[in-house]
Amino acid sequence: MKHIIRVLPAGADIVVDEWLLLHDSETALSRLAEHAMQRVILPLPLWRTLRDGTESFDPSSTGVWIASDDEYEDVACELLDLPLIAVDFPSFRDGRGYSVAYLLRTRYGFRGELRAIGDVLRDQLFYMRRCGFDSFEVRADKDIRDALKGLAAYTIRYQGSVDDPVPLFRKRAEAAPSLPDEHWEP
Amino acid sequence: MYRYDQYDLELLEQRTAQFRDQVARRLSGALSEEEFLPLRLQNGLYLQRHAYMLRVAIPYGTLSANQLRVLAEIAERWDRGYGHFTTRQNVQFNWIHLEDAPDIMDRLAEAEMHAIQTSGNVVRNITTEQFAGVAADEVMDPRPLAEILRQWSTMNPEFAFLPRKFKIAISSSATDRAAVKAHDVGLYLYRGEQGEALLKVLVGGGLGRTPMLGTVIREALPWRHLTTYVEAVLRVYNRHGRRDNKYKARIKILVQALGADAFSTEVEREWEQIKDSPATITKAEYLRVAAHFAQPPYADAEGDAAIVAAQRQASPAFARWCRRNVHAHQVAGYACVTLSTKPGMAAPPGDVTSAQMRAVADWAEQYGFGEIRVSHEQNLILPDVRQRDLYALWQEAEAAGLATANIGLLTDVIACPGGDYCSLANARSIPVAQAIQARFQNLDFLHDLGELSLNISGCVNACGHHHLGNIGVLGVDKNGEEWYQVTLGGNQGLEAAIGKVIGRAFRAEEMPDVIDKIVATFCTHRAGDESFSETYTRIGLAPFKERVYAQEGV
Ligand code: SF4
Repeated sequence: MKHIIRVLPAGADIVVDEWLLLHDSETALSRLAEHAMQRVILPLPLWRTLRDGTESFDPSSTGVWIASDDEYEDVACELLDLPLIAVDFPSFRDGRGYSVAYLLRTRYGFRGELRAIGDVLRDQLFYMRRCGFDSFEVRADKDIRDALKGLAAYTIRYQGSVDDPVPLFRKRAEAAPSLPDEHWEP
Repeated sequence: MYRYDQYDLELLEQRTAQFRDQVARRLSGALSEEEFLPLRLQNGLYLQRHAYMLRVAIPYGTLSANQLRVLAEIAERWDRGYGHFTTRQNVQFNWIHLEDAPDIMDRLAEAEMHAIQTSGNVVRNITTEQFAGVAADEVMDPRPLAEILRQWSTMNPEFAFLPRKFKIAISSSATDRAAVKAHDVGLYLYRGEQGEALLKVLVGGGLGRTPMLGTVIREALPWRHLTTYVEAVLRVYNRHGRRDNKYKARIKILVQALGADAFSTEVEREWEQIKDSPATITKAEYLRVAAHFAQPPYADAEGDAAIVAAQRQASPAFARWCRRNVHAHQVAGYACVTLSTKPGMAAPPGDVTSAQMRAVADWAEQYGFGEIRVSHEQNLILPDVRQRDLYALWQEAEAAGLATANIGLLTDVIACPGGDYCSLANARSIPVAQAIQARFQNLDFLHDLGELSLNISGCVNACGHHHLGNIGVLGVDKNGEEWYQVTLGGNQGLEAAIGKVIGRAFRAEEMPDVIDKIVATFCTHRAGDESFSETYTRIGLAPFKERVYAQEGV
């Protein structure tokens, strides 16, 4: 049974993965039939085809994964209703997924599960979490228990992001008297 | 200077703990070298030709005396007794063992220093000019915004894996001493008509294989929007910058591909969405940070000028040093002093020994307010010296080998570590620099030549900024041999220009002669007191080329 890391209100934990990730558009269709009862994560291009086609599929048990060079913004509003969106990291050095996650969460307001897939490793989890990911499919050859530690590395953050949009300096200033700001010049 | 509060300290502690654990996992094999590589790079650790090299961040080139002493200690305890100051205002140690790196980080953290993001595909050290806060021609102090930007960019989760490295510089004086136009994002801070603080934003500058100067994409950006605007630039770059080819991954290639107008439109569109987000800088934050850069308690030193004038009269050598190495200060009776790290054969450009670092730290306390600056020309600066102390300082600096009166002159060579250390090098930089310095030892002659910059890089990565040198030297590889390509006409500052290649490359032994001929051509054609770059602008490349290749019958 496959496991993932899931961040829930109670904290981050290792849980059983309830989703089936279909990597390849070509084979996905046949596998889709095979796994009719299961919740599946489809490649974005396949999801587009199915959406436009006649075959019916259940949106509540369908997720989509976005490749780092997929154009998704034209359908972003439709994706919002999905229970899960996954963003692929073809290599952990490819940082496009961080911006995709940031935009899905803040610009489009996606509230469902946002999962990092692909080359997902312990030392990047903290950054991914900050950008709005709340589930992580850690690379299969890595110890997922060890990876979990990656979420706990830091308690201090200088800048705001999805997890907490308020930058540190505004918290520092809470102690100080607030100053009328608008027209002040240094 | 900026002092850490409990938040800054805690963050740094967490970072050093994380790094210690990462090194342990690397040594145990839990992390592969491939996985460890970007982690160590983001902590300033490179694997070089002989050992690991550690690049320590010196935010906008500012150090306290205590910090410089800690660098001296690190050089002695874990290296070979010296450090190398870089063109990015940082310092590098060349002989580091991986096993020691966590202890070094701890030692740095105790002194409020680190090596975070001095390398890797991230926002690097924010740089500014060496005379920030004290230069007589300064419009505004750029350091508060530089520090605010440092905090914003430190461990910014969205931009930790950019397509390529990302360099930001900010300047706010009549001349640009920070090479702003050669940065991925360059910022000019100035006053608007109502006295408001505004920024001119340039994007897409950078040297390397495809040298380009930045293009202005935004005028009159109010200061409080600095971080959100940079965020918009980085988001566009992170999403659309090329990742398929290392040499096409800098933002300049994206700006070029889209065109500056389209790029700017894209940034503005993104910025509209985040413009007034909580990241917008507040008055309270500006004041909190700016308080760290408040003026020190200057004495009434008006009378000092007369003392120095008399001393200059009495000693021509001192007068010469004052002319080149002493810079005008905002406060009457004070001066900024540049200590030259370019003595010639005695040491490679930018290299400073532990003993010298300690001496400089002592002078900073004795003759100033305990602060030292690093210039992107790789020299050290004492920013607040009383003029009556200049003579004593000069004598001590002489004895320590740091008073070569050559700032801005031909022998103030800017050079990267090159093939002696760097594993990317095509050729060595240091021997060529020293051979040229040895050829031009006559200080009177050098002073007569006037401002003339010579920059040397050991490969196309251009760490020695050779494109911006009036004379640029680039190490190239020809069938496994070291050769040097010469460019002329580069310039930094407001008149920044990229040099043009003069012709076929040269062997190392030819280089002093080549420079000799270039200098001779300048002397022949020079009108009055013209600087090298003025003469070059007037007469162009041809006369230089003719002379340099004369015997080949070009
Ligand atoms: S220019 Fe090349 S040789 Fe010189 S330090 Fe940079 S990478 Fe190394």
